[in-house]
Amino acid sequence: MNIMLVASGSVAAAGGAIGAGIAALGAGVGIGQIGKGAVEAIARQPEAMGDIRANMILMAAFVEGVALFGVIVGLLAIVL
Amino acid sequence: MKIKPISLHKISKQVMSCKRLFSLLVLTFGVFGASFCALAQTESNDKSASPVEPAAAEAKAGEKENNKLDVAKVIFGHIADAHEWHLFSIKHEGAEPTEIAFPLPVIIYNSQKGLSVFSSSKIEEGEPYEGYRLVRGPMKEKVVSDDGAPIYDISITKNVLSMLIGVALLLWVMMQAGKKYNKHGATKAPSGMQNFIEVVVIFLRDEVAKPCLGDKYKKYMPLLLTIFFFIWINNLLGLLPGGANFTGNIAVTACLALLAFIVILVNSKKHFWMHLINPPGVPFGIKFLLVPIEIVSLFIKPMALCIRLFANIMAGHIVILALICIVFIFAAINTYVGAGFVPVSLAFSIFMFLLELLVGAIQAFIFVNLTAVFIGQGLEGAHDEHGPHAEIIA
Repeated sequence: MNIMLVASGSVAAAGGAIGAGIAALGAGVGIGQIGKGAVEAIARQPEAMGDIRANMILMAAFVEGVALFGVIVGLLAIVL
Repeated sequence: MKIKPISLHKISKQVMSCKRLFSLLVLTFGVFGASFCALAQTESNDKSASPVEPAAAEAKAGEKENNKLDVAKVIFGHIADAHEWHLFSIKHEGAEPTEIAFPLPVIIYNSQKGLSVFSSSKIEEGEPYEGYRLVRGPMKEKVVSDDGAPIYDISITKNVLSMLIGVALLLWVMMQAGKKYNKHGATKAPSGMQNFIEVVVIFLRDEVAKPCLGDKYKKYMPLLLTIFFFIWINNLLGLLPGGANFTGNIAVTACLALLAFIVILVNSKKHFWMHLINPPGVPFGIKFLLVPIEIVSLFIKPMALCIRLFANIMAGHIVILALICIVFIFAAINTYVGAGFVPVSLAFSIFMFLLELLVGAIQAFIFVNLTAVFIGQGLEGAHDEHGPHAEIIA
């Protein structure tokens, strides 16, 4: 019990870092799927490339926002 | 007007100037890299520690003590708000580093002592002045009263000054364009700043305001445009070396989200509230589950706006600072490892800066887009009023 209390600071830091890593994993998977859909759509209809590109960047920013929620929580786990 | 054909000679001249520009970039990159190598390599005999990067000199100055703690101090020192605007420190051999910093006014209101205004240089060292003292926490600093009384700190801090500079820049740009419209109306072709602003305003009107808000978009255009340009210019100012991390401060984004929330609430129609409390077409039992979710989502949407902007900008700044500090972490292990890592770190930092430029613009656009969407959801009338839709021609 004492050991756990003593190590709680570093365990919290480890938890925060692992959480941030998993959030980055989620972001990678999500943005990869957005990219996959976008590239396939461009291949099907090259004239729509501009529209598709704009939507892809917008969606990627949303997904990245969610991943950064996770990173902020990880940061809070380390400093709080 | 006769259109002159572009000659091959002119094209080759442009290609030559592109090549020259590229060589200039490589040269600058190399010079920065070399000077970083010089800084990272010499820990004891460098007399010319020129202020190339603010983080560089400061990270080196704090390197002598505990390694891990000072990287955090450097990073949070750049991210957090402060009562002085610290630009960089010039390291001196064997003496305290010279800090180039501007003290900013501290304005405190205490219900007993009234308003106190003084320069922050008086409380910088940690000494109390007029009963107020600066307390430095791990992540930020704040002014506390010596007798523990609650105080209202309405100082001009680094973030406030950065906001005022951003607002001044924005006013100047917009008023330049506005003057031209006042003089010529829409009869003359746009020139100067007008070109850029027209593109952005028309983009926001046609892609954000009109689809979301329908016919009533004109009423909300000033709000949407102001929010967009305000967030964008403050994101850009935060990227400059020596810039303040304004939009990466949760108090700032919370205020912007609160503003959006108030506009959404005030402009929501009765139809929206009735649907919130009594969703139509839902089985009776599920309503008990759905209504709390709807009410919570009403508050969560602006909160998500706040956190999204805050997290994106702050995370971008932290990543850039961490990439630069990595050089010094490695240099503490071995100077040659540090020097060798400099080109990698510099390349990543430049990439992150470019990404942050993009992210700054995109996050401003997303904030405005979502605000328009939420206002539009509140403005929805009864569903039998349709806009024009395509008729099926039999």
